[in-house]
Amino acid sequence: MGNQEKGKGLMESQNSADKLTALVVDDDKLVRMIHQGLLKRAGVKNEAVKNGKEAVDIHYSGQRFDIILMDKEMPIMTGIEATKKLRSMGILSKIIGVSSCTEAKKQEFLKAGIDDYQVKPLTIGVLNSILEVVKARK
Amino acid sequence: MLGFGADLLWADMNRLLAFLFHQGVLDEQFLQLQQLQDHTSPNFVSEVVNIYFHESEKLLNNLRSLLMEREFSDYKKIEIHLNQFIGSSSSIGAKRVTSVCIAFRAASEQDNRAGCLRALEMLEHEYCYLKNKLHELFQIEQQRALAAGVRYPMQHQ
Repeated sequence: MGNQEKGKGLMESQNSADKLTALVVDDDKLVRMIHQGLLKRAGVKNEAVKNGKEAVDIHYSGQRFDIILMDKEMPIMTGIEATKKLRSMGILSKIIGVSSCTEAKKQEFLKAGIDDYQVKPLTIGVLNSILEVVKARK
Repeated sequence: MLGFGADLLWADMNRLLAFLFHQGVLDEQFLQLQQLQDHTSPNFVSEVVNIYFHESEKLLNNLRSLLMEREFSDYKKIEIHLNQFIGSSSSIGAKRVTSVCIAFRAASEQDNRAGCLRALEMLEHEYCYLKNKLHELFQIEQQRALAAGVRYPMQHQ
């Protein structure tokens, strides 16, 4: 009985490590749909918001995510502003800047505190390599 | 007979897709979209593409209105619209449209109004071509689904 319970506990912790969560932050409905489709295919539980302010607010409400896919140009609050704010709140999630901006603008995004930058669109292959890194860290 | 029709339509679809890839109209990102379609999201590709059409037409109207303004000087706004267009076009694999948008953005970064107007015309042309071809593709897919669907009851007889 004790061993069964112990086995069950180990399985549970392994399952929770595999069940990653992600937040998609993008003002473009099409991009949100595609990124959520990619995450769903990879078995990642996910939510989506339309701008940086909503991303910050969802964290204020207490929610946390393993990965945040952050667009750069958004109304109300940009990806750069939201990233700075989240980092100042102590959010340690892996933030991936996802944008179609030029190289010069990418540096500004990196300085704001993103962990990595990817050009839109994310592909299945790129997402899988991001997820592997996050799973290993977890 | 009807099963044979579905197979012919399947071949037509693949021929059109191959053509669009060969012409550089679409790239492998479109195949990625197809991979996201499954029994839980059976219309994923057409839903995504219809959103793309809706958003693109708004962007094209905005771009044209801005450039037609007598005292136009807001290249920053042009750039914002183009970044969105680049993002959505590359996300569905619309390779030629994406390339034209990138060239358009370069003209905008140089405050080149004439260059922007030329790029806008090219963009409208490429977008129109893409839209027509994707509509053709979805029509064939619909016909194939219908033909395949009618086939199954006959097999049980």
